[in-house]
Amino acid sequence: MASITIDGKVFEVDVKNNLLQECLSHAMDLPYFCWHPSMGSVGSCRQCAVIEYANEEDEKGRLVMACMTEPREGARYSIAAASKFRAQAIESIMINHPHDCPVCEEGGECHLQDMTVMSGHTYRRYDGKKKTHNNQYLGPFINHEMNRCITCYRCVRYYKDYAGGTDFGPQASHDNTYFGRWQEGPLESEFSGNLVEVCPTGVFTDKPFSKHYSRKWDLQSSPSVCTGCSVGCNTNPGERYGTLRRIVNRFNDEVNGYFLCDKGRFGAEFVNSSERIPVNMMRDSHNAAPIQIEPDAAKEALKNAAKSAVGIGSPRASMEANFALRELVGEENFYAGIATEELDMLNKIIDIYQSKPVKIASVKDIESSDAVLILGEDLTNTAARLALGVRQSVKNLGRQMGADLNFPIWHDAAIRQLAMDKLSPLYILSPHTTRLDDIAHTTHISSAAHSAKIGMAIAHAIDSTAPDVAGLSKEEKALVNEIAESLKSAKQALIISGTSSLEPALLDAASNIATALQSGDDKANLALVSSESNSMGLALMMQGNAKSLEQAMSASSKTAIVLENDLYRRAPSADVDAFVNSLDNLLVLDHLKNRTGEQANLVLAAATFAESSGTFVNYEGRAQHYYSTFKSDSNIRSSALWLSDKHFNEITAACAVAIANCGAIAELTPGENYNFAGLKAPRQHHRYSGRTSMRANISVHEPKQEQDEDGVMVYSMEGVPAIKDAAVLNSPWAPGWNSNQSLFKFQEFAGGPLKQASNGQRLLSNNSAEKTWYEAGNSDDTSEGYKVFPLYHLFGSEELSAYTPAIQEKATSAYVSLSPEDAAKLGLQASDGVQVEHNGAVPFIVRESIQPGTVGVSVGLKGLNFQDMSAAVSLDKAADWKNPELWRAANIIVSDKRVEGAD
Amino acid sequence: MFKAIGKQIHIIWSQIVTLWMVFLHLFTKADTVEYPDVKPYMFPRWRGRIILTRDPDGEERCVACNLCAVACPVDCIALQKTEDENGRWYPEFFRINFSRCIMCGFCEEACPTHAIQLTPDFEMAEYVRQDMVWEKEHMLIQGTGKYHDYNFYNVAGKAIGGKGKGEAQNELPPTDRRSLMP
Repeated sequence: MASITIDGKVFEVDVKNNLLQECLSHAMDLPYFCWHPSMGSVGSCRQCAVIEYANEEDEKGRLVMACMTEPREGARYSIAAASKFRAQAIESIMINHPHDCPVCEEGGECHLQDMTVMSGHTYRRYDGKKKTHNNQYLGPFINHEMNRCITCYRCVRYYKDYAGGTDFGPQASHDNTYFGRWQEGPLESEFSGNLVEVCPTGVFTDKPFSKHYSRKWDLQSSPSVCTGCSVGCNTNPGERYGTLRRIVNRFNDEVNGYFLCDKGRFGAEFVNSSERIPVNMMRDSHNAAPIQIEPDAAKEALKNAAKSAVGIGSPRASMEANFALRELVGEENFYAGIATEELDMLNKIIDIYQSKPVKIASVKDIESSDAVLILGEDLTNTAARLALGVRQSVKNLGRQMGADLNFPIWHDAAIRQLAMDKLSPLYILSPHTTRLDDIAHTTHISSAAHSAKIGMAIAHAIDSTAPDVAGLSKEEKALVNEIAESLKSAKQALIISGTSSLEPALLDAASNIATALQSGDDKANLALVSSESNSMGLALMMQGNAKSLEQAMSASSKTAIVLENDLYRRAPSADVDAFVNSLDNLLVLDHLKNRTGEQANLVLAAATFAESSGTFVNYEGRAQHYYSTFKSDSNIRSSALWLSDKHFNEITAACAVAIANCGAIAELTPGENYNFAGLKAPRQHHRYSGRTSMRANISVHEPKQEQDEDGVMVYSMEGVPAIKDAAVLNSPWAPGWNSNQSLFKFQEFAGGPLKQASNGQRLLSNNSAEKTWYEAGNSDDTSEGYKVFPLYHLFGSEELSAYTPAIQEKATSAYVSLSPEDAAKLGLQASDGVQVEHNGAVPFIVRESIQPGTVGVSVGLKGLNFQDMSAAVSLDKAADWKNPELWRAANIIVSDKRVEGAD
Repeated sequence: MFKAIGKQIHIIWSQIVTLWMVFLHLFTKADTVEYPDVKPYMFPRWRGRIILTRDPDGEERCVACNLCAVACPVDCIALQKTEDENGRWYPEFFRINFSRCIMCGFCEEACPTHAIQLTPDFEMAEYVRQDMVWEKEHMLIQGTGKYHDYNFYNVAGKAIGGKGKGEAQNELPPTDRRSLMP
């Protein structure tokens, strides 16, 4: 800490931060563009200029950029004295800025607008002609409007330096500078959507949002949690006129920070899908035509059926919904709704988190690790935000080099120059190359079972009390020692694995390595990725028993209630068909039409995350509450409220009491008695428009305000603004700061954790310092044929986001991946298809990294059900093959794809 | 006692004066207008019935920027942006609830394209309140209203059909991103 004087006032500042950050932290309004809390400073925009005085006598001072200045003890600065310079800087920035605000999606939440107003520039004195630029097509997610650019370089620093994108950069020179791709085409990075928030003006805007655009102040929004994967990124959905308009990032210091992946940002529009179940339908027999029934009658039918039913829960339904189902059918009749294999793995994760002496890694911990080992998890496709975290972790070597030379951590360009291509070690063991190969020290190609063996050997190499394995090649033994040394010498080592490969031995190995590394100082970090938004929550609910979907299907009950779950994605189709046919009465609660729902006798329209509140538990066992964003029409209800007569908060409270380890989920919200000066938290901005007109076409008489289920927020603009009390931080806004940059007003310091709003609650922690080991299994696969391993796709594999038009545009149909040797053996030409045993024909791609004798099969994509695959299959060239319409090989972004016509 | 008498005289006198004044008004020109047989003269800037205008090329001026809606103190304007095939923004629907409108004219002041304008027409009474909800087709006129020459897209940088990059007023042709020449 140091004490400095700014405009005559003395402030205590942290010398590790730059002066701009400290000014903002102390609630001073100092304009800036290029600085970003996650990306540090480069001093390119010249907007945060302040005057620094040499000593007490100095009256003139000198101009410095606050973002590039380390606060010195006792120094004297002035923000006011440099205001003319800043106004001139912005005037020159604005010389070429087009007259676009009314037709710009950024208008109303534009950092450039805010900073222009703040610096006092109002009139364009320069009457020369404006520079113009042509735009590029950048894919289904991002609109490009290059005229608006102010060349702050934030986009490049984010896309290339932060997110590791390679297909985007600055071009031309001086005032012609252009930011785009080398040629038109979709941006390749899975994190391109963050450009929308990173760009301080409207060069990059949200394309799907633009199609049904609303201004920020018109969006009703609430704190929410992404449903896309198990990371549980915090989001802020916006609604207008009854449809979900967009998702923006909601800051959570420990989870997603400032960034989301593209699935999270663009994958939520399934809420508006035409495939939504809008009303409740009932029929007497499987073949009868369904008829619509009223909600109350539907609920009555559900209750009557529940007396003798099995309940099948879901890893994508909230804790409350699963719990309400468990209460309705009774604990003994409640089943997890996922395959035994997966449930066992989830139970094992809980066991590891609780009984092994390891630290559970949040995304923030991932970013600060300096040696990472990924065991058999294709992170970019199964938990993309973690992959972005891993990309930050490899930069820690550079930061350390900087720190050794006393460089401040925020000095982005200097640290990048210093580090050049030196990266902290990242090792990947995977059956195929992944998107993280470009930063990986070594990617070792081996099957999941074999990777687990190598993992066991690494644990043994670190701590000789860990069990050893036999059967590794000489090169693999060398690699084991290299990885062991690298993890041992790291300050903070991280092991990442997960359930996606369906290989339990990988979890054992990951646990053993982390345990071996542990020496009592939280050095060993472990992140075990699960598959869906509430997989861990469901597993917590099933603790102590293993009642999986298979058991539900053999429970010989004549009635089943299926909660938000398409069973065909969980078990082989033949088994599900047999189960459904054995039932007299199948009741389904879901948002979207699917194969299970089509066969139901009663379908209840369940609210999505945007229309209901609930709790998800993420991969690290962090429970997070999401608030409903808007009220759906009366036919649709939240699953928890279909299944229970209790008030929503009572369900949460009962769940917290009844489920072991889940006590904290009752403490996630400020509670239904929350108020600030008698007011609740509003979902609508205080300048929300059209209140007396938006439904006037239906009736000019305005209805009573909708009631909220948790009792914390209201569906109204009336309430206490976040700037006064941010216990529930909706979308950030502060006077003069209309853009998302206003977030710093709610942080403990600029870029730091939020002052009030909840980061969620960790439900699991280890309570044992004792090192215990999992034994190495003997899982050598001896089955005949091509061994199958799953290939996940960020766009398309996940059930709900696949209903979103923009995601569909980036997805492809089902396919298999083969090694070049096998493709040659099968005599495949580029335009051929592959006949998969029992599963029909699909297109294929050839990938260099895939081992002969194995085949990668896409999961969740249209055209092939991964659940129907056996562990090994025979393949053949398909006769009379024509590629399906949805087949878009270009959307499969893998570095080792063999391009048509090459060799 | 004299004081009381004086007061009485003053009262009587003032009543006579009042009667006289009223009598004199018989000979002044009447201010009353025989409305509706006679229409009053309305000043051009009178803030009455709201219209949506077109630009000189006959295209809808409204770009659905939502500024009128947010400026409206009674929140009686609701609209939704959409885009035509050429990238031109326009409102999918544009609704004003005139039963709430207070004719303050803030919407006209806020409008960056001179699309929304208030006119001297004030005869908007209805028997049924629902009839006071007006949609775009009720408000969109064929002309330019009070501002004849303004065409927003001629000064905006956004390309629309018929106007490419660099073709707006005071614009240079698009730069060549492959050139490094000074």
